[in-house]
Amino acid sequence: MAYNFHFDPVDLPPECQELRQEVRTFLRQEIEAGTFSPTGGKGSFSKAFARKVGARGWLGMTWPKQYGGHERSHLERYVVIEEMLAHRAPNRSYATADRQSGPVILRYGQEEIKQKILPQIASGDLCFCIGLSEPNSGSDVFAASTRATKTEGGWLVNGRKIWTSNAHNSDYMIALLRTSPKTKENHRHGLTQFLIECKSPGITIRPIINLTGQHDFNEIFFDDVFVPDLHLIGEVDMAWKQATDELAYERSGPDRWLETFSGLVELVRRAGPEPSERLAEGIGREVAHLATLRRMSVSVAGMLHAGKTPGVEAAVVKDLGTNWEQALPNKVRLLAPPSGDSSPESNDDRFEEALRHTTLIAPKLTIQGGTREVLRGIIARGLGLR
Amino acid sequence: MTDSIIVDTATRIFADLCEPGTVNAAEEGQWPKALWDALEESGLTLTWVPDTLGGAGADIIDGFAVLRAAGRASAPVPLAETLLAGWLLTQAGLDAPAGPMTIAPVYEDGHIELANRSLRGRARHVPFARNAEHIVVLAYEAGTPSVALVPTSGLAISPGTSLAGEPRDTVTFDGATAVAVGPAPGLGTLGLVQLGAAARAQQMAGALEHILDQSVQWSLDRVQFGRPIAKFQAVQHSLAALAGEVAAAGAAADAAAEAIARYGIGGELVAAEVAIAKLRVGEAAGTGAAIAHQVHGAMGFTYEHSLHHATRRLWTWREEFGNETHWATQLGHMVAARGADALWPFITQGS
Repeated sequence: MAYNFHFDPVDLPPECQELRQEVRTFLRQEIEAGTFSPTGGKGSFSKAFARKVGARGWLGMTWPKQYGGHERSHLERYVVIEEMLAHRAPNRSYATADRQSGPVILRYGQEEIKQKILPQIASGDLCFCIGLSEPNSGSDVFAASTRATKTEGGWLVNGRKIWTSNAHNSDYMIALLRTSPKTKENHRHGLTQFLIECKSPGITIRPIINLTGQHDFNEIFFDDVFVPDLHLIGEVDMAWKQATDELAYERSGPDRWLETFSGLVELVRRAGPEPSERLAEGIGREVAHLATLRRMSVSVAGMLHAGKTPGVEAAVVKDLGTNWEQALPNKVRLLAPPSGDSSPESNDDRFEEALRHTTLIAPKLTIQGGTREVLRGIIARGLGLR
Repeated sequence: MTDSIIVDTATRIFADLCEPGTVNAAEEGQWPKALWDALEESGLTLTWVPDTLGGAGADIIDGFAVLRAAGRASAPVPLAETLLAGWLLTQAGLDAPAGPMTIAPVYEDGHIELANRSLRGRARHVPFARNAEHIVVLAYEAGTPSVALVPTSGLAISPGTSLAGEPRDTVTFDGATAVAVGPAPGLGTLGLVQLGAAARAQQMAGALEHILDQSVQWSLDRVQFGRPIAKFQAVQHSLAALAGEVAAAGAAADAAAEAIARYGIGGELVAAEVAIAKLRVGEAAGTGAAIAHQVHGAMGFTYEHSLHHATRRLWTWREEFGNETHWATQLGHMVAARGADALWPFITQGS
């Protein structure tokens, strides 16, 4: 009997529904005030917006109050995240810290660091990036070779990280660094997580422009960068144990199936209330996929809420979700009613903007945060094949 | 949450009495009496009938869970059809008889007339009509929907078969007499088709779970190039994709079942959930069956191997009670009528 993945239906409790309406009202006001555009792909970094979200109590929602958190449930946090994403709110300055860096610090960081850093994440004041990939270590995360060498009162870091999103805007990075060689028994041994201040002396950040023309990626050079002992996160050499739980949070969230949603919204707008049978069919198919993915994603949130670690289920959601959202822009393009010199101009701009944005970002969706190939390997292991 | 005793009972009966040989024999026309009797004696066949009308009085959701188990086993009996028939009888407050039942019509445009217990009309592709003791007909009496219980003895039944070799017969009702009739205002063929679609979605989700198990096991057993084919990355990734489709199908089918259990047939939310489920599960059936066959190679294409019990049923069921195109078009119109800014609220309305 093979492993069977379970995605039991989850009912979001009443407090989630109230919260959803609060978030929608907030976002409607922000859109009306011109803070951001729900179709655009640009200008999504805004610390001012992050601080507004923090002031509402929507960052660090599940963390203890003593660290600036709000002790709310994973399901409540889930609702806030999906509403932000569905409306394309400018979340870039806080999303990584709220989703990944904060929880890692909370779980493995030293007390003094927790007290200093977490409240600033919860207020929206800090931006984080993730220092995982290196020139020779991409999908093979545990091949990282950027070194941290013990010195008086801390560590000296030398090497290079690459594809680091948002590093140029970030205050801190959580980096995976080599502190010992890997062992014969465990090729994942010898890596340690550190909190590194991005403005530290010895750090050089070089932009890498991506194919959309935007500066998101960076290459980061470390030249004898001093990191104090206080910034050690968790056990030396044992980061591989710490990284596993983190991924369940990263991999099943709404950001794994909502990245190109704006294209579908604008297709529906362009279709009007009485579309052709062909267009209705095309829209219906995509809506069914979307609705099912959301069910599964909420279900994983429910498992996290119940204290489980649904690593394989999360990989299933990310694999299905990213494949779907990647294929969506092309379907939207081919379903769209033909545009021509005689077609009305209204709505065309929004549609074009959404289609351009989603088409250009599509390739990265099955690469970032674990490639399709890595995910299928995880699922295959869950099936007992490896 | 489902009642695990009911599901365990069903699963045990299928494990004991629904071997591949039973499924093959059924295709040859041999009624699986032991299997049916065991299901009936356990009360599983009248799950959707309250005890006041002679049924088991279980929750709607438990009936769906039993159908999932039946789908896993490729059970060659009209269990889904008898549940649907019992549900129809209940809508009209009629007592449910013992024995296998089926329903008519199975299409939204089906139309059977009723006048003073006498029926007129024809229904195509009626599942298991020749095996059923009664057909529960959704008929119209002077424009009002009514439920009629019709014994099959004496009916003109012209045999036909599905892709899976199961009976899908044409039934002519002209001159037939119902033994019980009750008005069911508010019911329509659409409602019956929706419940049928949700039932088929569960059976398909079950069949998909089965072919995942079967394919994983086969890949671990089959040795080529000196190692089990499960060790090849290409095969691993195919099976991972199959697992994704199976998981999505299960989630979609359960969402529809939960919605029906909570709100009953009729509302817009249920209409949406049923459309989503039948469509998504139908797509998973096509993709999933193709992967399972590819992994099994030539062996899975033989009649001797039992893979086709599930895959031929998947190809049959995806077409019944509305195929992917049918439900996608319905769903698309629903979404378009609400407008672009209502799309996200539409997606989040169920939970």
